[in-house]
Amino acid sequence: MSTTTNATKVSNDAPSRGTAPAGERIADWADGRLGIYSLAKTNMRKIFPDHWSFMLGEVCLYSFIIIILTGVYLTLFFHPSMNEVTYHGPYVPLQGQRMSEAFNSTMHISFDVRGGLLIRQIHHWAALVFLAGMFVHMMRVFFTGAFRKPREVNWLFGFLLFVLGMFTGFTGYSLPDDLLSGTGVRFMEGAILSVPVVGTYLSFFLFGGQFPGGDFVARFYSIHVLLLPGIMLGLVVGHLILVVYHKHTQFAGPGKTNNNVVGMPLLPVYMAKAGGFFFLVFGVIAVVAAIASINPIWAMGPYRPDQVSTGAQPDWYMGFSEGLIRTMPGWEINVAGHTLVLGVFIPLVIFPLVLVAIAVYPFIESWVTGDKREHHILDRPRNAPTRTAFGAAWISWYFVLLVGGGNDLWATHFHLSINAITWFVRVGFFVVPVLVFIATKRICLGLQRRDKDKVLHGRESGTIKRLPHGEFIEVHEPLDQEALHTLTAHEQYTPVEIGPLVDENGVERKATRSQKLRARLSKGYYGENNQIPKPTVEEYKEITSGHGHH
Amino acid sequence: MKKLSARRRHPLAAVVVLLLALAATGGLYAAFAPASKAQADDTAQSLAITEGKKLYSVGCASCHGTGGQGTTDGPSLVGVGSAAVDFQVGTGRMPAQQQGAQMPRKRAIYSQAEIDQLAAYIASLGAGPVAPTKKDYSPDGANIAKGGELFRTNCAQCHNFTGEGGALTHGKFAPNLGEVSPKHIYEAMQTGPQNMPSFPDTTMTKQNKKDIVAYLKTVNGDKTESPGGLKLGGLGPVSEGLFAWIFGLGALVAVAVWVAARTAKAKKS
Repeated sequence: MSTTTNATKVSNDAPSRGTAPAGERIADWADGRLGIYSLAKTNMRKIFPDHWSFMLGEVCLYSFIIIILTGVYLTLFFHPSMNEVTYHGPYVPLQGQRMSEAFNSTMHISFDVRGGLLIRQIHHWAALVFLAGMFVHMMRVFFTGAFRKPREVNWLFGFLLFVLGMFTGFTGYSLPDDLLSGTGVRFMEGAILSVPVVGTYLSFFLFGGQFPGGDFVARFYSIHVLLLPGIMLGLVVGHLILVVYHKHTQFAGPGKTNNNVVGMPLLPVYMAKAGGFFFLVFGVIAVVAAIASINPIWAMGPYRPDQVSTGAQPDWYMGFSEGLIRTMPGWEINVAGHTLVLGVFIPLVIFPLVLVAIAVYPFIESWVTGDKREHHILDRPRNAPTRTAFGAAWISWYFVLLVGGGNDLWATHFHLSINAITWFVRVGFFVVPVLVFIATKRICLGLQRRDKDKVLHGRESGTIKRLPHGEFIEVHEPLDQEALHTLTAHEQYTPVEIGPLVDENGVERKATRSQKLRARLSKGYYGENNQIPKPTVEEYKEITSGHGHH
Repeated sequence: MKKLSARRRHPLAAVVVLLLALAATGGLYAAFAPASKAQADDTAQSLAITEGKKLYSVGCASCHGTGGQGTTDGPSLVGVGSAAVDFQVGTGRMPAQQQGAQMPRKRAIYSQAEIDQLAAYIASLGAGPVAPTKKDYSPDGANIAKGGELFRTNCAQCHNFTGEGGALTHGKFAPNLGEVSPKHIYEAMQTGPQNMPSFPDTTMTKQNKKDIVAYLKTVNGDKTESPGGLKLGGLGPVSEGLFAWIFGLGALVAVAVWVAARTAKAKKS
């Protein structure tokens, strides 16, 4: 009886004693309103595979966050105005000089605001790292074939982020209205002016009249702090949602299939790793910003259209456009009193083509292969020789243009003639990508042969053995089962055929031009001598079952 | 007069008139010729010229000609003035080691005393820009900010914002001005050596030159501070981009490799 009473008592006491821990109550409160439990249930155990190159995207995300945080601080002190003022700050070599308020306030940030210069430098260094990170991240995705179905849209999101990042960077670099960036804006104005018919109107619209006018800093400011970052933030969110939705890709290996993801859960492993990595990224960028100067506007002076300095280049991500302009011959056509400045207009047209060339590749490849399946296992670059060769050729193309953009510094630092460099770039623009394409493809095929050799004959052990009859051989150790799987897990395509042009009734069919092109391209991708057939089980058995090793 | 008149048709009259005319011309020349001024100079100056001529004959004449008139290998030195000699020989550009796109700066071969003697000799060949005195290029009384404005307007297009140097066509270059002494910068503006245009006092006043020298020594001198940290050569975005790739992204990739290698692995491989 007494037990019953006790039980009743306990149950009666429960509400007063059993208040859940504060954390649980907050979680309950939030779940009732936001539904976090179901969200957490699906996402907390989300698996991410482990590979350092999968963290390149994180580098971009974190540097983007750092840019936003430091950028907000800078907006507190920056005056986006082109009103003319006289400098009276602490930097002696500019005292008494007239300058725009934008330049003056950037000087104020650099010399008077507490931590201003460090924050400015973190902002700018993070921007360079952000773009470099996106470039490398994009190349990682490209060379491993991670752009294939279902990730084509996310590839385009990433590409858009890179292009928008370039323009956000360019507008930000122009804001201080210093002599270097002003020269860059003038460059851009020249490119706009070269557009036939509408160029002049576009320029007048953008600058509110004649260059430089009194408007462009304010206009670039709202583009730099509001329009472009807003779009980018949206794209970043979309990019990340798609990453979660598609699940992460992984490299081939034992136990890893197209239908699973082998790795560690988001909570706790990746929460800790990614969180810690954010601070590491912030730390590295802060250290770089603390030890190395960037964009020292005090040394460059305020912008005046009648002044210019040598070594006037844009930040690296715009460098290839500089290369296009610097190496393009100064052609122009005069017709009926109008001038078409091909020397500027052609580079302006090639500029987007350079970028688009890499952006559209995934669609070309899927058209050539005709492959409509989903791919979650990454390719090793060597196993897709044509793709790898294309990517390497594109990078070399980009790099040749970067050399052109910095031709003066190549000349002074390597004691070369600037004219010779310019001619190298003119020729290299056409020749270098072709050579790199051929060389890369050969290297990929060589590596495929090596893999095949390793699978069939084992690893070279370095041990030299002398046989009784005097022959020297090197002992090869067979690979373990895991390594064998990894080396042979990739799929190999067969070239797309046009098919018989005459059917069984003798009716002729005409192959369309695109079908023919596709068949030729496909042969170039997967035809004989364009990929090394991977070892078959029969080959392996025949070699390993026989007389010991080969 | 009658005597003179009577002998005016004498066979030797023409000879006498000719002699008198020649004597008058010669006398007038002797009275007004610039050479007389040189002769009037003190002995120290003429000694310097004599010594300079000796040095010149040994070290310079093979290219510039025995009298400074120039040859196919070197330009005429008549009228270049003492400032040009002081600059070219003082910075080691002359005597040149070899022909090339441009004579580079190197260790000076002559002592300052010898350079002065050479300069005195070259100056004696014809009037030209005179080497400045310390007062001309010292920073006292200079307007640094004005000098900066002048530098950006007239010099930066070849020498970079703060005189770090830049490329010219066909292997020529505008040198880095960081290590050049104020006197030589001043003389370069006076004389326009090699590919540089000259800025005589008529186009750029002495005060303006002084301002420019003071600006350069402030922003690109031994005591220049770089508020933002390492200057990275002061070359602008190219070196910054290289630094961002190598030390920014390079470090981050290293960190990423490190983080990825340290994981909660089910089995240690």
